[in-house]
Amino acid sequence: MLKIKKRKPNRSRGGDIGIYLLLIFVGIFMAIPLIYAIVSAFKPLDEIFLYPPRFFVSHPTFANFQDLLNVMSDSWVPFTRYVFNTVLITLVGTLGHLIFASMAAYVLAKYDFPGGKTFFSLCVTALLFNQWVTAIPNYLVMTRLGWVDTYLALIIPAFAAPMGLFLMKQFMEQIPDSLIEAARIDGAKQGRIFVRIVMPNVKPAWLTLTIFSVVQLWNLTGTSYIYTEELKMLPYALQQILLGGVARAGVSAAATMIVMMVPILIFLFAESNVIETMASSGIKE
Amino acid sequence: MSFLKKYFKVKRKNMHIGWYKAKRSKTMYLFLLPYAILFTTFFILPVLVSVFFSFTYYNVLEPAQFTGVDNYIKLILADDVFLIAIKNTFILAAITGPLGYIASFVFAWFINELPRYIRAFAVLIFYAPIISGQAYLIWAILFSGDAYGYINAMLIEVGIIAEPILWLTNPNYMLNVVMVVVLWMSLGTGFLSFVAGLQGIDVSQFEAGYVDGVKNRWQELWYITLPNMKPMLLFGAVMAITQSFGVADVTQNLCGFPSTDYAAHTVVNHLIDYGSMRFEMGYASAIATVLFVTMVVCNKAIQSLLRKVGT
Repeated sequence: MLKIKKRKPNRSRGGDIGIYLLLIFVGIFMAIPLIYAIVSAFKPLDEIFLYPPRFFVSHPTFANFQDLLNVMSDSWVPFTRYVFNTVLITLVGTLGHLIFASMAAYVLAKYDFPGGKTFFSLCVTALLFNQWVTAIPNYLVMTRLGWVDTYLALIIPAFAAPMGLFLMKQFMEQIPDSLIEAARIDGAKQGRIFVRIVMPNVKPAWLTLTIFSVVQLWNLTGTSYIYTEELKMLPYALQQILLGGVARAGVSAAATMIVMMVPILIFLFAESNVIETMASSGIKE
Repeated sequence: MSFLKKYFKVKRKNMHIGWYKAKRSKTMYLFLLPYAILFTTFFILPVLVSVFFSFTYYNVLEPAQFTGVDNYIKLILADDVFLIAIKNTFILAAITGPLGYIASFVFAWFINELPRYIRAFAVLIFYAPIISGQAYLIWAILFSGDAYGYINAMLIEVGIIAEPILWLTNPNYMLNVVMVVVLWMSLGTGFLSFVAGLQGIDVSQFEAGYVDGVKNRWQELWYITLPNMKPMLLFGAVMAITQSFGVADVTQNLCGFPSTDYAAHTVVNHLIDYGSMRFEMGYASAIATVLFVTMVVCNKAIQSLLRKVGT
């Protein structure tokens, strides 16, 4: 894509400076809590309870991470189990979401068939759903299916997240029809076209779907469906540490930082792909 | 009469064509089927079930009893807390919704002026709050009510206040603190969509604009950028509504549940209260239905308003 490198003619220098100042100022506001979380993780206990409180750390230490390991090692259920649970639902949930949403998105984007448009507009409306609005009936559905207190209750609904279908469909509309047409003339079946032609052409969208899905599943506490301690999720376990109160302040700072950094790092890694996918996210009339 | 006959003939023919098309698109339905089943089970069905239960008394243990519109009447006439919750939700939605939406666009627009690598970094900084999960809990430490809270300590140091303010338990401040935190988290998916949309506008349009005498960035914004951004603006609006009406975790985790005098109680908090604690499922479903209908109506209104942008 072409980019203008030279100064645009209709920009005033004063305006540019104003924008830079505003961006820096608001950027600091956005970043303060996150920087605080990182800084606190390296604070020794006496600095955490310093009065007057000081924002930055003067004697950074890894003691909090050490303590976190200790707390983890003598928890009732081995801590690795919580990590395993969260990693499992995140991986399986994301994979299934990617496959099912892409399949549906492909036909919705590329073919005109009765009911397709209606179905898609239902999905757009579903973007409005708040998890709490559907929480009660969802619980009843899970009970009927017998999925309460199993991983399924968290994994299977993640397959159908409407955001993924929406983004994937909008992105797939860019694939030229001629490409699919050519494959069909060469005698390829729909399944083969989907796997060999369509999917390799929407790599940025895969990554974007993966990120949205991972971020969502990674942060899931799952407490409304899961009761058995062995099946509980990592964010839940960390919440318990956070609730440990004053004595655990350092440990919880370390825990918060680690959990926070995972999605941020994943996003950092895939940012350009996400932006490319979002370029087609608009709702066309 | 003949035109009616014709009408039915056309109708029948259309149906015939539809059926024929549907039969021909068997493969398409097969592709759609797995997702459609899951989506119906976990997104459409729950909404229908919720609407159904909103007309009943249902406590999970006994079978549901049909009670007509009793739940809705009770909600509006007899439930003071619901009215507080509605008020709080509307204040939150009316302020953080538009502000967050405009901020998403304005910052995306400003960031778009930056050189490439700084831009990527700025996007990360602005978007980080929303993906970092429970990181907003840090605000609880910053706004902590004793003198150890950073904001209290800072204000005392500067001399603006003499005594620490109970930010999270004093009803006068709670909703404002919640708004700050919600705004902090408002540059979400819509923001990303704007950033991407701005980068996707064809450069030749701007060049044509320079030639045609677009004098400053504001004219450029109104005549070139906004009309090009319409689809993203529509999408961003959906996201803004979802976020601003759905505030619940923030109030619950910062101000407690229930918050002092219900000063930070939102409709979703009310829903959680009846649905997950009192197990009055019928009543909770009525709350959910009211919220959902409000969001859909709001969405329709905003979408039709946005279609006028730049025309």
